[in-house]
Amino acid sequence: MMTIGLSHYLFVASVLFTFGILGIFLNRKNVIVILMCVELMLLAVNINLVAFSVFQGNVVGQIFSMLVLTVAAAEAAIGLAILVVYFRNRGTIEVEDINAMKG
Amino acid sequence: MLLQALAFYVFAFVVMASAAMVVVSRNPVYSVLFLILAFFNAAALFLLIGAEFIAMILVIVYVGAVAVLFLFVVMMLDINLTAIREGFLKYFPVGALIGVVLLAEVLFALGMFGGASPTVAALNKAGIPIAAVDNTRAIGRVLYTQYFYVFQAAGIVLLVAMIGAIVLTLRSRPGVRRQKIGEQLYRPTGSVITVQKVTTGAGVS
Repeated sequence: MMTIGLSHYLFVASVLFTFGILGIFLNRKNVIVILMCVELMLLAVNINLVAFSVFQGNVVGQIFSMLVLTVAAAEAAIGLAILVVYFRNRGTIEVEDINAMKG
Repeated sequence: MLLQALAFYVFAFVVMASAAMVVVSRNPVYSVLFLILAFFNAAALFLLIGAEFIAMILVIVYVGAVAVLFLFVVMMLDINLTAIREGFLKYFPVGALIGVVLLAEVLFALGMFGGASPTVAALNKAGIPIAAVDNTRAIGRVLYTQYFYVFQAAGIVLLVAMIGAIVLTLRSRPGVRRQKIGEQLYRPTGSVITVQKVTTGAGVS
């Protein structure tokens, strides 16, 4: 209990990931919160990568975590830009109203 | 050791609690602020196991760039806050069910209900090896040699994202006058100046 092992970090990461998924299911109105939940899930992945990397004594996991961070930043920038353009054109970002590409 | 364990539990609790608040809080601005809190505490968790570089990168990139970007967009868009919570209770049961099932699956796969998975158990016993060089130096030694091309590709990803974001959000409004340097430079000389022969005492028409 008092020594912090790998399983403690894996538990935190899995709880974070679950909250991310829960947020995607619960927020049917606001796309920004869904993007934030994606960020939470990526943070959980990063915690997993770093924890395994440290406990295995192999630094490659941390490098991969940096790459995940890069992709997350790019994704946030592009996603928010798309959101801003969408809001400018349609005046709403509610999930249920976004159906322009529905067949 | 006790202090480290205590710090871990505090930071882990704050991370999980603020993640929950990101999901359930009413106002998206509060969501972003709780996201920032979660990132800070995750960075502290990384510091505890000696991944200092990733911790600092997390603070700089996520808190300094991504979260501020979110904050700007949340405050820029005019969102109807009263309508935003409709349907929350409608989707709560199915969402909670999926969340609980997923969490149980993940924890079961990690072997936390008895029957520990051999890899995790072995790594738990192995403990944290004391690194011969400090964390940042170790990352640099591998990143700039073995993973150099991947590093460059990450830079290209960021460049493409930057150009994409600029191209998407740039707009030319009709009523606003802007300096168009290209058009100025490409004006033909004949349409701009005329050469006239001025006779003495007549002036220019």
